[in-house]
Amino acid sequence: MRSFLLDALRRGTATVRPPAPGPAALEELAKALAERARQRLGRSLAIREVDAGSCNGCELEINALNNPVYDIERFGLKFVASPRHADVFLVTGPVTWNMREALLRAYNAAPEPKWVVGVGDCAANCGIFAGSDAIVGPIASVLPVDLHIGGCPPAPLEIVKGLLALIEKAG
Amino acid sequence: MTGAVLADLIAGRGAGPDGYVRLDVTSDIWTAMAEGCAAGRHDLSALWADQSRVRMALNGEGCRAILSLRTEDGAYPSVSAHHAPAMRLERAMRDLHGVRPIGLPDARPWLDHGRWPGRESAAPYDFLRVEGDDLHQVAVGPIHAGIIEPGHFRFAASGETVVRLEQRFGYAHKGVERLLEGADVARGARIVGRISGDSTVAYAWAFARAIEAALGWSIPPRAVLLRGILAELERLSHHINDVGGICNDASVLTINARCTLQREDVLTVAAACFGHRLMMDCIVPGGVATDLSQDGISRIRGLLARLEETRAKVLRVYDGLPSLQDRTITTGIARLELVRQYATGGFVGRASGRAFDARKSFPYAPYDRLDFELKTRMGGDVDARLQVRMDEIVESLGMVRQLLDRLEPGEIRSKSPAFVAGEGAALIEAFRGDAFMSVTLDGAGRLGRVHLRDASWFQWPILEAAIEGNIIADFPICNKSFNCAYSGHDL
Repeated sequence: MRSFLLDALRRGTATVRPPAPGPAALEELAKALAERARQRLGRSLAIREVDAGSCNGCELEINALNNPVYDIERFGLKFVASPRHADVFLVTGPVTWNMREALLRAYNAAPEPKWVVGVGDCAANCGIFAGSDAIVGPIASVLPVDLHIGGCPPAPLEIVKGLLALIEKAG
Repeated sequence: MTGAVLADLIAGRGAGPDGYVRLDVTSDIWTAMAEGCAAGRHDLSALWADQSRVRMALNGEGCRAILSLRTEDGAYPSVSAHHAPAMRLERAMRDLHGVRPIGLPDARPWLDHGRWPGRESAAPYDFLRVEGDDLHQVAVGPIHAGIIEPGHFRFAASGETVVRLEQRFGYAHKGVERLLEGADVARGARIVGRISGDSTVAYAWAFARAIEAALGWSIPPRAVLLRGILAELERLSHHINDVGGICNDASVLTINARCTLQREDVLTVAAACFGHRLMMDCIVPGGVATDLSQDGISRIRGLLARLEETRAKVLRVYDGLPSLQDRTITTGIARLELVRQYATGGFVGRASGRAFDARKSFPYAPYDRLDFELKTRMGGDVDARLQVRMDEIVESLGMVRQLLDRLEPGEIRSKSPAFVAGEGAALIEAFRGDAFMSVTLDGAGRLGRVHLRDASWFQWPILEAAIEGNIIADFPICNKSFNCAYSGHDL
């Protein structure tokens, strides 16, 4: 354990500088969010991640947000287990017919105000899975989406930029 | 009769360029081979429906075959009537292709949840009954507490002790096999690379090899080496991350922080070398899509040194924490008989003593010319699954070094030969274990039936057995030590 601490001292901090909020995300959010919400939440958001049928690529990159390089909690962003604690739904994948009800139940269990962020190309337009009869459609076909973060999968820094824009507008 | 022997059945028959002997069989032979699986004479590798036929891939001692049986209007003798590991495969075949395995012991749907348009059903899923005094049920999922894929676990527990776990999957089913049907090869490669994002390199490789076998398509030597480098980087990124994840589930966050940092290092190097952190779409039929520059080679060499150091340090810390080992040793034991019966691949099988690795057991280029060892452990517990990963990290580091040393300048992709109708198969060792892929192609280069069987099909059922008698609180650490696929399973 001591060697980990010595390495940390020797190498200095691994955490990257905070990026600027994504401009496209700021614009999309400006339309979506009200002043009221901003006052309610302060600069902290609790995130419930839901895989609505993704290939697990987006989950790998969302998980990376918790590693020491991106360290997303420093921005007041925290992943929570219960939808009851959530302000933000971070949803991946095209929504499969087999996940539709679970996604809706989780969303309905969260208190207002709440936001939905679609992560990955599949969340926005079903990506390569468009046209499959086993999927309902993009996230917006099931939930009101406030922000899309594109990519297949989006790199962690892109997800951070989108979420920072959300804090700026919502927080 | 306790089942026929594969080697006898295929004696004198030539294998295709993919190493598989193909033959049409009668229902008697079909059933005899299923009984042979149950008797441990050969392993069931895959089972799928292909229009009016059902097909079974078998692995014997140094030989492989794909048997085809014509169904009678969809009906055929069930394999799982004799060999339980085929059960979920046959339930999925019923759901997706409408075949009727006669004698199937468990006739409940598997991937079909009664939600697909046109075939909705309000019938609740009938979980197996568990009866006894003081038993209670705990339902977990499909949405789990962490950032992971969807699936449902139904525990029957007596106090804290798990009496039975029953899994239910299919939540991530996206109809990939139907999407692949009729697609061209390039689109097929992109879809296959997104069946399970964590194994994108391995799946793309399996697809490419199956297509190349079907078309007699040879690829440049440099591409063969680059494919090996890509696949081993994918394996390294997951193995080191899984070690961290297992320790995290025992509340040792420092090891996890170090391991996730190391994983990030792998992905950053992968992005710099190949243009994509997960290396998606890098392996394509005919070769690879991105070349590795001289700068990339030195980046990878630097990465290997850092990974080696991290591994050594993590192992030292792990070895020095009895409270951590108290959580991993003797937890979630997968028995060797069961692992053999299910032909369980990957670190799950190897940690219980089953010495199977597609890279060694049915070697494909470049592994046929690499110096590495197949590592096994005997414990079958969480600790053994962690240690096998640690052992394999050393082997992968050695393999990447050998591959880098052998790189010579040259082409990385060859032109497609003229399309001909045909088929090919491949067995690729993904980080989780052997992934089987079978592809048929028409004369215009359109895909017909594409079937992929992830290693998880034969690992998930072992988890059900391994958790029995453990406490529910140890399920996350057991589950992490298996790290099976959901999307890769649900298709």
